[in-house]
Order: sequence, then C-alpha cells, then structure tokens
Amino acid sequence: MSLEYTSSEMMTVTAARALANGTTCFVGIGLPSEAANLARLTHAPDVVLIYESGTLQTKPEILPLSIGDGELCESALTTVAVPEMFRYWLQGGKVDVGFLGTAQIDRFANLNTTLIGDYKAPKVRLPGGGGAPEIATSAGEVFITLKHSKRAFVKDVDFVTTLGFGRDGKGRDGVPNIGKGPTRVITDLCVMKPDPESKELVVVSLHPGVSREDVIDATGWEIRFAEQLESTPEPSETELDVLRELKARTERAHAGQ
Amino acid sequence: MAEFLSLHDAVARFVEDGATVAMEGFTHLIPFAAGHEVIRQQKRDLTLIRMTPDLIYDQLIGAGCAKKVIFSWGGNPGVGSLHRLRDAVEKGWPRKIEILEHSHAAMACAFEAGAAGLPLAVLRGYVGSELPSVNDQIKFIECPFTGERLAAVPSVRPDVSIVHAQRADRQGNVLVEGIVGVQKEAVMAAKHSIVTVEEIVDDLNAHPNACVIPGWAISAIAVAEKGALPSYTHGYYDRNNRFYKEWDAIARDRDTFTTWLDENVYNAARSTASDSAGGQA
Repeated sequence: MSLEYTSSEMMTVTAARALANGTTCFVGIGLPSEAANLARLTHAPDVVLIYESGTLQTKPEILPLSIGDGELCESALTTVAVPEMFRYWLQGGKVDVGFLGTAQIDRFANLNTTLIGDYKAPKVRLPGGGGAPEIATSAGEVFITLKHSKRAFVKDVDFVTTLGFGRDGKGRDGVPNIGKGPTRVITDLCVMKPDPESKELVVVSLHPGVSREDVIDATGWEIRFAEQLESTPEPSETELDVLRELKARTERAHAGQ
Repeated sequence: MAEFLSLHDAVARFVEDGATVAMEGFTHLIPFAAGHEVIRQQKRDLTLIRMTPDLIYDQLIGAGCAKKVIFSWGGNPGVGSLHRLRDAVEKGWPRKIEILEHSHAAMACAFEAGAAGLPLAVLRGYVGSELPSVNDQIKFIECPFTGERLAAVPSVRPDVSIVHAQRADRQGNVLVEGIVGVQKEAVMAAKHSIVTVEEIVDDLNAHPNACVIPGWAISAIAVAEKGALPSYTHGYYDRNNRFYKEWDAIARDRDTFTTWLDENVYNAARSTASDSAGGQA
C-alpha cells in the first residue's frame, strides 16, 4: 500500500532529492529553502547551504520566514557581510547550485519576479530581482522549484528579471564565465529539463497519479514530453516524516513569536 | 568624533528634505525607531536607498516621505507584497514615486564602492536580465585587460546613512554583530551617519576581528532601545515574525494603514509605539 502525501510534499521531496550530498547550494527563500533543508536532514547531511544574508554553511533547526532570520546566523559556520557573499562566494565561483523560486517562468526557463504587465504601468508589481539575476549566472547550475499553473508557466515572461536561456534560447551562448543555467525545474506535477539543443523545457518525469493532460492544462505553451518519460519515485516514509516534523517545528516557532 | 544626540535631534540635524538617505540592515537590525522619527518629523522628497525596502520603507512611502526609492528586492519577506510600495508605484498614492531597481549583487557592490570612495562598482552581473532596459544607471564596460563585458553601476553615496547596532561605548565606537549586511559600507559611504544602538556600555568586549565602526567615522549616536523592532537585534531580541505577517492586512488598505500610522507613529511616544508597532512577543 502506498503512502498518503500531498502534491506539495511530492514537489518538496523531489526538489530535495535533486541536491547531492556535499553540494554547495545558494538557497532562495520559500520552497527552495524547504527543499534544501529537507535534503540536509535526509540524504545530504553534508550539503553546504548559503543564504544571501551572508550566512555560510548554515543548519537551521526551523525554516526561516525571511532570508535573514536569526536562526540562519546562529546555526551558521560563519556570517559574512553581504558584499562579500555576492563578490567572493557567488561571483568567485564557490557555488555549485543556485536554488530558486519564481513568480513566472517561460519555455526557456527565464524567470520573472519584477512585474506582470507593462513596466511603466504594471498590472501587478512583484518584489524584484533580489539575488536571483547573479545567482542564475554565477552558480554552476540552477534548480528551480514552483507550483505548476498557467499563470506561472507562460510562453514568454512579461519581463526577464533573471536569465534562463534568453528569449531565443541562446542567451548563454558565447558568454564567458557563466554557469550552465537551469538544469531542472521541479513542480508539483512533474520534473522538466531543458532540451540539450533548443533549451526549451521538456517534461522528463511525471509525478505519480499525474497525467500528460494535467501538465498540458497547467502550462501556457505547447509543452513537449521526453520520449522516455519517467515516473517520479514516490516519497519515502522517512522523507515525509522529516518534512512534516520540520514544518510542524517551524509553525510552532513562528506562532510563538 | 560621534556626538551623542537624542534620536529626535539626530534626525532633525542630519535628515533634510530632499536628502538621499540609506537606512540599512539586511532583515536584521533594521532602524525602525529612526524611520518612525523621520515620519514624525514629516521629512519630504527623500530619495530612499535600501537593498530590501522592507516594512520600514513601506511605512515611509505610505507616510509620503519618499520621492524616489532605489532598491533590489521590495517584498515583505516570506509573506508577500509591500502594499504601500505597490500602491505608490501602481496608483501614485499618497504621491507618485520614482523607482530605480537593481539586483542585490549590484547594490551590495555599489555600497562597497561608495565606502571605497569610488565613482562606480564593477561586477559580473545582469547578464541576460532586462533590468538594464528599465534602469539607465546600469551600464556595461569592457575589462581593459581581458575584454570581458562587465556591468557597472554608480556607487551609493548617501547624504546620510542610518543603521542600528547592538551597542556603542562611551567614545562612540559601535559594535555590529550577527548578520551585518551592508551596514558598515552604508556608514562609510555616506557624508553623515546616524547609528542607533540598544545601549551604551563601558567596554564593547569585541574580539579582534569583530565588525566595529570607530566613533570618529560616525556623525551621531542615539540610543533607541528595541530600535529595530519588528526586525531583530541579535543577542537582544528576536524578529517579530507575527507582526510581519500582520502587516500584510494593515498595509493592504489605505485607511487601516493611516490609522495604524496615527496610533503607532504620529501620536505615540516611543515606549508605547514599540509595543503596538510589533514590539510585543
């Protein structure tokens, strides 16, 4: 009999599994932070987590609400100034994986966290770039995780805040000292990877119980599927237990403040 | 040599209408008490610089203090939008503001360049981003040695920088601990600086490599107990995450916000303000 779990848990567990033990990961707040800490608490105890607030090699007991919660500093090996974080550690090439979320993503994995609509007269103003524009280009590679919906997965983003592969898929071609870019996108429905040639995102693995139609309905372009479409392995009991305990601890801590 | 002033007098002396002001603190040590004093003194037409505007600039923008905001991430961390920032950008309430947005890496480099007395910061940044198409302060230059194309942004050199720290000694030397953000850079990049502290002590007890800003590099020190709430001061009190969540509802509506501002900033002595302005655990 299989375990009961939600599609959100499936997404977090799958995102966590993407992080190999020993990887140095620059972590975005929210879903990436949840996945990265689940990885650290399960199969990847030696993963090195770095947050842009300057906290280096941090091991938070609870998930931070903000990128600069005290928990991150108290459980870090050391905390450096923010210019050092971006200049030495990120730009200096010490980060293997940048783990990002986003509001909008397009078929070439460009990310938009700036606004919906026109820049001069935005329909919705979003928070902006933050660390993402340089995390996406200076990290060795980039993992992206977000919930699947037609609003989020659009053919062309309204604004390229952060480079995936550019508007034509060639945005990284010939650029020196640049990372590989997005190598996988993990959603609550599936896992996508860029086509090696065109760089367009292709579904490589469907989560259990998810059909091709589910993904097609939630994607704003004619999404392609890999010839050898895989089925994402289910979460294990341990992964679910650790994730649920982490979230319960976090909720208790934040409610008490 | 830093002068010890009341927060009121420090803000009155160094923050002029039309000034370029940086209030820094990366999630940690955000100088809320000083921000509220700026609101109470009804400073106008300020150019406000901060990597993460956070609630402090949401409040200053909603109170009508800002003419222009330079930032790199304008959200309520872990919660959502800054509704006062959005209302000003989208609807021009209470006044139209100009925004200039960067990435964190560029702003961090720009503060560092300001501290170093340089006119610009150079970084490997903005590759493939469309931010340079909406911000004319982002340019690209060619490395004279390798030919690599690099991004350049003007350094940040505020008229006045305001930061909060744990403590100062009686000579005005300041110790900053925990997440130090770009605080030291902000102070060193500015013409004038105000540092609010939790307390004044006889001895900083700083280890040899601690982040200490010498008193002679600071214009004014003002004591502001719990001056960073609802953000936090490492070693003194925690971030009030609950207030950050509550702010979403307060700031969403103009009337609710105005009432909050009246009760907690304009008509409140600081002691009571710190309670309802997110001061209660």
